Amino acid sequence: MSYRITLPEMDTFTAWRDVARRLISANIPPEEVLWSRGAGEKDLFARPLPPLPKSTIPVPKSFVSLARLSIWHCDHTRFHQLYALLWALRSDRTLIEDRGDIRISRLNRMAKEVGRDRHKMHAFLRFREIGDPDAPRRRFAAWFEPSHYTLEPALPFFTDRFGDMDWSIFTPDLSAHFVDGKVQLAEGVDKPDFPIDATEDLWRVYFRNIFNPARVKLTAMTSEMPKKYWANMPEASEIPDLIATAEARVRAMADAAPTVAPKRAEVIKARGKTRDD
Amino acid sequence: MSRLSLEQKLAILSDAAKYDASCASSGGQKRNSRDGKGIGSVTGSGICHAYTPDGRCISLLKILMTNFCIYDCVYCVNRVSSNVQRARFAPEEVVTLTLEFYRRNYIEGLFLSSGIIKSPDDTMADMVRIAKLLRTEHGFRGYIHLKTIPDAAPHLIEEAGLYADRLSINVELPTDNGVKTFAPEKDPVQIRRAMREVKEQKDARKDRSHTGKRPPKFAPAGQSTQMIVGADGANDTTILRTSSRLYTGYRLKRVYYSAFSPIPDSSSALPLIKPPLVREHRLYQADWLLRFYGFDVEEITDSGTADGNLDLDIDPKLAWALKNRHVFPVDVNRADREMLLRIPGIGQRSVGRILSTRRHRTLRYDDLRRMGANLKQARPFISLLDWHPRGLTDTEHLRARFAPQPQQLQLL
Ligand code: SF4
Repeated sequence: MSYRITLPEMDTFTAWRDVARRLISANIPPEEVLWSRGAGEKDLFARPLPPLPKSTIPVPKSFVSLARLSIWHCDHTRFHQLYALLWALRSDRTLIEDRGDIRISRLNRMAKEVGRDRHKMHAFLRFREIGDPDAPRRRFAAWFEPSHYTLEPALPFFTDRFGDMDWSIFTPDLSAHFVDGKVQLAEGVDKPDFPIDATEDLWRVYFRNIFNPARVKLTAMTSEMPKKYWANMPEASEIPDLIATAEARVRAMADAAPTVAPKRAEVIKARGKTRDD
Repeated sequence: MSRLSLEQKLAILSDAAKYDASCASSGGQKRNSRDGKGIGSVTGSGICHAYTPDGRCISLLKILMTNFCIYDCVYCVNRVSSNVQRARFAPEEVVTLTLEFYRRNYIEGLFLSSGIIKSPDDTMADMVRIAKLLRTEHGFRGYIHLKTIPDAAPHLIEEAGLYADRLSINVELPTDNGVKTFAPEKDPVQIRRAMREVKEQKDARKDRSHTGKRPPKFAPAGQSTQMIVGADGANDTTILRTSSRLYTGYRLKRVYYSAFSPIPDSSSALPLIKPPLVREHRLYQADWLLRFYGFDVEEITDSGTADGNLDLDIDPKLAWALKNRHVFPVDVNRADREMLLRIPGIGQRSVGRILSTRRHRTLRYDDLRRMGANLKQARPFISLLDWHPRGLTDTEHLRARFAPQPQQLQLL
């Protein structure tokens, strides 16, 4: 007979930690626990959880940071892996420092993937203005499709940064709403339609002009900004044309004979000289 | 002249700014706007919000305040003798663009530089005004990088440093002679003086005064500079020596290398070439070795080519290892940090992991793979419990294993 744990979609880490503490203090080995996320069905054979112990259990600091990231990975064994590691750490604390151990390196890889996903969300998410630009608190919204359950761990960045405006971030899994300085999580949605935002045109102008056609390096671009993100980035629509015309632009620069300097150049340079003397 | 729209100005003044390599937004004092009274944050590690097809990162809105310029730097698209279209932003326009882009999460902040109009002081004063508007009128807490005008008055540089996270002054070319030839109005001595001023301002504000109060931070992300590579005849040894002097003498955060790149309306004094991108890349790798791997300039350049340049085919760390085979293989379980850092294919991070794991047990070959080392490169240079390269380190053909295949000859 085993324990069947269904963790909530929001505040998942705290919930996992509380359950893990109960299980550890009741001496329940990892093989006896089945973990899942979301509204799970009641298991007929599931046993009631042991009570929450009064005291916390000591764990190495790096375990907490590892767990806080890897818990958002989409690998459905993540809760189990973390609990198994917690179990193993009881008899060998130093295990967490063993970067060659398969259990550690696998969780570290997962944490790294979530970290990367979060970083890409911070980088490539784009807000559109959806409210009155003259309102005291302006309103913006964004749609993003993370590869893992990354919305929640990504939120502190946005609340730190966009403090004086209201905003919503929608993902297929969950949504977040920041209103009057408070953030709230809600269910996920299908991709919403936002109104056109004219600033996107200005941004495209910038993107086109900051590009240097003499240095085309496509793999450098796509390895950092894979195509899967392009759909939600207004500037990405310019990329094909920039690539297609780059060579011709460079050739045109090379072919153009040096021009005669404009008349005012001489005047200005002469002025500079008299001032220096 | 007809009035230009904001869109037209943005096109001209970002096009004019693209030859500055830096777009970094790292470092800086951590800030946020959780209090709801402003906008923006600085996280300490910069974010690239987009990449253009040249593989470069867009982190900041990088624009010129104006591309009018009274100087005549040969390599520059904005020089007085060029026929490019000119434009000038009003300070409010720069402020609006920065804030509107920022609110949509396009950028980390602003990198503002400028051609020199009227006088260096006037130009610098206008740039400072923009930074001040952003900080004080609009509560902007994002990143600001200001390009300092070398001849500007010290009090303007001082004020700039109070609003900006980073200041930069471009040394432009690796040698004084290069500057004299290609940027005749600029004075290398004056450029260095301005860098020293920034350094001294920064130092002066580090300590608490006798009242125990900490003075306001001055350019917390430090100062950086840029050198154009491939326009004058300087070889890589000269370039790296200059960098090394800049790092130690002025405690620069970064030296950027910018491969000389064709510009529209070029000068007859500087023929257009294909930008030496691989060379630029090797210089960045060497620069990294200087700053984080304990190499000195001569060690790196001695393993380069006879004419004082870096080997374009292999990276400088590997080049050094091939030249110094007698110190390899390195025993990964025993070597000190300094020596571990010298192994090709093993970076700073892996070294950290090796050291922490080694405290508890002896490492095997597979451990290194899991720690993220590049074993294809490292193999001939390491030994572990279950791995020894045998004769691999000594083979004549070791370089050939790493260097790209020579192109096949074709009969004409
Ligand atoms: S000072 Fe020289 S490098 Fe700077 S904008 Fe003017 S011409 Fe270009």
